[in-house]
Amino acid sequence: MTFFGKLTWDALPWSEPIPLISGFGAFAFVIAIVAWVILKGYGPYLWREWITSVDHKRIGVMYIVLALIMLLRGFTDAIMMRAQQAVAAGGAQGYLPPDHFDQVFSAHGTIMIFFMAMPILIGLMNFVVPLQLGIRDVAFPTLNSVSLWLTASGILLINLSLVIGEFSKAGWVGYPPLSELQFSPGVGVDYYLWSLQISGVGTLLAGINFVTTILKMRAPGMGYMRMPVFCWTALASNLLIVAAFPILTATFAMLLLDRYLGFHFFTIDAGGNPMMYVNLFWVWGHPEVYILVLPAFGVFSEVIATFSGKPLFGYRSMVAATMAICVLSFLVWLHHFFTMGASASVNAFFGVMSMVIAVPTGVKVFNWLFTMYGGRIRFTVPVLWTLGFMVTFVIGGLTGVLHAVPPVDFQLHNSVFLIAHFHNVIIGAVVFGVMAGLNYWFPKAFGFTLDERWGRASFWCWLVGFYVAFMPLYVLGLMGMTRRMQHYDDVSWQPWLVVAAVGAAIILGGVVCQIIQLVVSIRDREQRRDVTGDPWNGRTLEWSTASPPPAWNFAVQPQVTGRDAFWTWKQGRRAKQDVPAVPREYAPIEMPKNTPTGFVTAFFAVTIGFAMIWHIWWMAALGVLGAFATMLAFAFREEEEIEIPVDQIARFDRDHPAYQDQVAEVVA
Amino acid sequence: MRYVLRAVATISVVTLGGCQGVLDPKGPIAAAERLILFNSLGIMLAIVIPTILATIAVAFWFRSSNKRATYLPDFEYSGRLELLVWSIPAMTVLLVGGVAWVGAHDLDPGKPLASTVKPVNVQVVSLDWKWLFIYPEQGIASVNHLTVPVGTPINFALTSSGVMNSFFVPQLGSQIYTMAGMATRLHLQADHAGAFPGLSANFSGDGFSDMRFTVDAVPAEQFAEWANTARGSGPALDMAAYADLAKPSQAVAPSTYRAVAPNLFNAIVNAGMPTHDASQHSHSAGMEMGQ
Amino acid sequence: MNIAVAVDNVPPQFIASEAGPAPKRIVVGFGFWIFLLSDIVMFAGLFAAYAVLVNATAGGPNGAALFSQTSVAIETACLLASSYACGLMSLAIGSRNRFGTYLWAAVTFVLGAVFLGLEIHEFAGMIAQDAAPARSAFLSAFFALVGCHGLHVTAGLIWLVVMMGQLATEGFRARVERRLLCFSLFWHALDIIWVGLFTMVYLMGVRP
Repeated sequence: MTFFGKLTWDALPWSEPIPLISGFGAFAFVIAIVAWVILKGYGPYLWREWITSVDHKRIGVMYIVLALIMLLRGFTDAIMMRAQQAVAAGGAQGYLPPDHFDQVFSAHGTIMIFFMAMPILIGLMNFVVPLQLGIRDVAFPTLNSVSLWLTASGILLINLSLVIGEFSKAGWVGYPPLSELQFSPGVGVDYYLWSLQISGVGTLLAGINFVTTILKMRAPGMGYMRMPVFCWTALASNLLIVAAFPILTATFAMLLLDRYLGFHFFTIDAGGNPMMYVNLFWVWGHPEVYILVLPAFGVFSEVIATFSGKPLFGYRSMVAATMAICVLSFLVWLHHFFTMGASASVNAFFGVMSMVIAVPTGVKVFNWLFTMYGGRIRFTVPVLWTLGFMVTFVIGGLTGVLHAVPPVDFQLHNSVFLIAHFHNVIIGAVVFGVMAGLNYWFPKAFGFTLDERWGRASFWCWLVGFYVAFMPLYVLGLMGMTRRMQHYDDVSWQPWLVVAAVGAAIILGGVVCQIIQLVVSIRDREQRRDVTGDPWNGRTLEWSTASPPPAWNFAVQPQVTGRDAFWTWKQGRRAKQDVPAVPREYAPIEMPKNTPTGFVTAFFAVTIGFAMIWHIWWMAALGVLGAFATMLAFAFREEEEIEIPVDQIARFDRDHPAYQDQVAEVVA
Repeated sequence: MRYVLRAVATISVVTLGGCQGVLDPKGPIAAAERLILFNSLGIMLAIVIPTILATIAVAFWFRSSNKRATYLPDFEYSGRLELLVWSIPAMTVLLVGGVAWVGAHDLDPGKPLASTVKPVNVQVVSLDWKWLFIYPEQGIASVNHLTVPVGTPINFALTSSGVMNSFFVPQLGSQIYTMAGMATRLHLQADHAGAFPGLSANFSGDGFSDMRFTVDAVPAEQFAEWANTARGSGPALDMAAYADLAKPSQAVAPSTYRAVAPNLFNAIVNAGMPTHDASQHSHSAGMEMGQ
Repeated sequence: MNIAVAVDNVPPQFIASEAGPAPKRIVVGFGFWIFLLSDIVMFAGLFAAYAVLVNATAGGPNGAALFSQTSVAIETACLLASSYACGLMSLAIGSRNRFGTYLWAAVTFVLGAVFLGLEIHEFAGMIAQDAAPARSAFLSAFFALVGCHGLHVTAGLIWLVVMMGQLATEGFRARVERRLLCFSLFWHALDIIWVGLFTMVYLMGVRP
C-alpha cells in the first residue's frame, strides 16, 4: 500500500473531456470566488458573521445556498440524461458512454434527494421555525452549525468524485450485489457511502435539534394547538428523521463493512442476503420522502391561509392528518419492491397500506381548497406555486395509487412511468413548495421582496416544462421502456424522448428566470425594501419582527394567547386604537456565542471521508484525532454566550418602523 | 363509467397499441393487469378530475379582484365538511384497496395458470449482460431469445448468476426479480402468436441497455419443430461452456445450445445459495453436478 | 368552540404546554434522550440484520459452538454493576460530593473496562478459531452488532475520562452537571441495549 493508499494521478479524468472540463471549470470558479472574497476584504466578515455563526437564520440561509448550488449540478445531470436519451435511438450510442451515463443517473438521484431537497427544507425550517415559535434560536445552536457543515462535507465529497476518481454506478439506492466490491471494485460506491454517512450524521443531529426545539421551547402561551401548521409539519418531518435516518446509517455501515473488511451482510456468497439491503434501505427510504414532503405541505398551508386572508381550514384535521402520515409512512416500504417475489398477502397488505396513506393526504388537499373558499385570494408568486402544486400533486398521487396496486406495479415497476410518478410528486410538492417558501420568506430573511414578474415567468416555465418533460415518460412507461437505459432499440420511443428533452429545456428556462429574478431584485433592492416587516399581511409571529430580524429575534418574548398569534394581535390592535402603547421593558439578552466548531469538525469529516475512500489510513486516523480534539476544544471553551446590552436592543427597536406600535404582549 | 373505460381503452390502444407495451397485451396475465390498470385509473380519475377543476374554479372565483365573491374570514371549520373530506378519500381507498387485494392474489406471479394444456418449464438465468433460457424437458437452451408455444402455460424458475435483474416481457405480463442463490417463480402465457420484446427491468451495470431478448410465441407444433432443430446443431452447454458464457459480455447475439448439462440451473442457484447451519457439510464455491 | 374558550381562560402556568421555553437542563436532557432513541433505532437495524442472518453460517461455526456463557455472564455482571456505580456517581454529583464522584466514576470506568477487555478477548478467541467476521454472514452480523455496542462502551469510557478532567478543572459548573447527566443516560442506555443483546444473541443463540 502506498503512502496515499489507492490514490494516484490516474484518478484524475485526463482522458475524459466532460468531467475534466466541468471539474476544472468548477474548481477555477471556486478559486475565483475565494480570491474575490479575500481581495475585497470580505474574509473576516464572512468568517465572523457566517461561517462561525450559530444563528439559526444564518444557518438556514447557508443551507439554502448550498442546496441551490447542488440543484444546478443535479439539474445538469438531468439535462445530460435527457439529451443522451433523445439521441441514442436505434443503433445510435449517443455522446455519453455507459460508464458515464451510469454515474450521471446515480449522481442525479443522490444529489437531488440528499444534497438539494434535504438541505433546502432543513434550511427553510431552520430559518422559520424559531421565529414562528416566538423564540430566539433552536435548542442546540452549535449542533445546528455542526449539522450544516457536515452536510457541506458530504457535498464537497460528492463533488470531488467528479474529478478525483469516479462516482457510484449503482443508482441512488445502491442495491447489492451490484454495489458490493465484487461488482463495483472502484471508489465510486465508497464516495457515495461516505458522503451520505457524513451528511447523514448532520441530518440526524438536525432532527434531534428540531424535535427538542418544537416540543420544549415554544413561546409562553403557545400550546400545541396554537402552533403554526408549518411547525407541526416540521415536527413530524423531524420525528421521521430521528426514527428513520439511523436505519440508513446502520445499512450503509453494513455495506461499508462488506466492502472494507470482507463482511458478508449482502454478498452473494457465505450467506449474505442482498434482499435484506433492499428491505432496510426502503424502511428508511419511504419515510424519507415524507420527510421531504411534509414541510412542503406546511409551506402551502401557511401561504394559502395568508394570501386568502383567512385561517387555515380544519386546523385540527390538518394536524391529525400530518401525524397520521408520520406514523403510516413506516408501514408501506415494501411497495418499492413488489416484484421481488413476496407472497400475495404480503404484497396486498403493503399495497392497501400505501393507499391508506393517501387518505390523510387527500384530506389536506380538500382542506386547502376550503381555505381558499370564502377568501380574498391574492395571486402572488407563492400562491401560483401553491395552485400549481395542488393540480400537479394530485396527478402524481393518482399514479402513485396505481403503483400501489401490485398487479399494476408488476408491469410498471422500474419503468419510466415510475420515474414520471415520483418526479410528479417530488417536483409538484417538494420543489414547488420550496419555491413558494423561498418567495414567501425571502423578504423576511433579506429585507426586500423578490421581483414578481420574473417570479411568475419562472413559475410558468417550471410548470409547463414539468408537464412537457414528464408526461411523455408516462406514455413511454406504458410502451415498455424501463429506466436507466443508456440507449434503446425501439425508435418509436424517440419522439417522446425528444419532447421530454424539450421539457427539460423549458425548466432550464425557469431556472434562468429565477437567477434573473434574484439579480434584478438585488439590483432594485432599495425600491423593494420591506419596511414594515410584514409585506404580506401575515398571520404568524415571524411577520412581527423586522426584516431581517435582529440576531435576538424578539426583544421581549411574545406572550401568545391564540392561534395565528400575529393576526389576532393585529385585529386586537385595530380595535384598541386609543389605548396607549405600553412601554417595552428591555432586559439584556444572552445569545449563544459564534464558534468555528462546526466548520472545523467538517474539515476533519472531509479528511476522514476522503482518506477512507482512498484507503489512506494514516490520514483517516489523523482526521479522527482532529475531530476529537475539536470536540474537546468546544467542551472546554471559556465563553459560551455573549450578552446583548439593553441599549443595543432598544436602539434597534427605535430605529425600525416595524416596532413602532408593538407592545410586549401579543393579545388575542 | 363503462363507456368511459371503453373510450380510454380504445383511445390508448389506437394511439399506443401499435407500440409493444403494457396496453397491448398478448396473454391472459397482461390482459388482466391492463384491466385492473384501467379500473383503478377510472376510480381515481373520478376523484382527481373534480378536485383539479374545483381547485381552479375556487381559486379563480375567490380572487381578490372579484367583488361578487363572498368574503368569509371566519370560515375555518365545519363538522360536516370534515366528515366529507375524510370519507371521500377513505371510500376511494377502500374501493381501490379491494381491487388491489383481489388482484394481488389472483395475479400472484407464483400462482400457476389454470389450463388443460400441459405447461412448458423454462429456467431463466440472468448473466452479465444477457439472458440464458434453459428448457430442461427439451434438453436445450437459448441465449437472448425465448421461443414458447401459444396457448400453453409457461412455468418460469428464475435466478441470477450475480447481480439482481428483473425478467420482463411487457406484453405477456408481470416482471419478477432474478437474484443469486434463490429461484423466483413466474407463470405467463402467450395467447397470440408473434414476436414480443423482453428486457431486464432492474439496472445491472454497463451492459444493461443491451439485455434485451425477443419472445417468439409460435403454434405448438412449430415449437416442437424448433426444439428438434435446436437439438441438432450448435454447441453443448456443459460446465465449461457455461463458465465461458458467464464471463461479462454485451449485446450478445441470440443463439441456441443443443444440449444442457443436467441440473445446470440448480447448480447455478446453489453456487450462490446461503448455506444453513442445519446441514453440516459445506458446499464448495464451484458448481456441483448430478444433484 | 366552547372547549377552546375554556382552555384559553385557564391561566397559562397550569398548562405545561403553554409554560414557555423549558430550562436548559431539561432541554439538554430531552434532546439527549431523543439522541438515545435514535441510537436505539440504529441498533434495531443491526438487531434485524442479525435476526435475518443468524442461521447463515455458510458451513462455519454457529453461536452454540462459539459462545462461552461464563464469559458473557461475567461481562453482564460487570456492565450492570457499572451502571449501578454510575447511579451512585449521579447521587454524589447531586450532593456536590467531589470525592464520591471521582470514586464512583473510577468504579464505573474499571467495570466498563473489564467488560470491554473480556469482549475483546472473546473476539480475539473467535478470530483465532477461524470464526472471523469475514467467514460467514452470521459472524458478520454478530461482530457488527456486539462490536457496535462495544464501540459505544469505548466511547463512553473516553467520555467519562474527559468529564472527570473537566470536573477537576471547572468544578460542579452547570454545564458539567448537564454533561454528566447525559453521560449517565448514555451509560444506562448501553446497559439496556446489552440486556437485549445478551438475550437475543447469547441466550437464544445456544438454544437447542
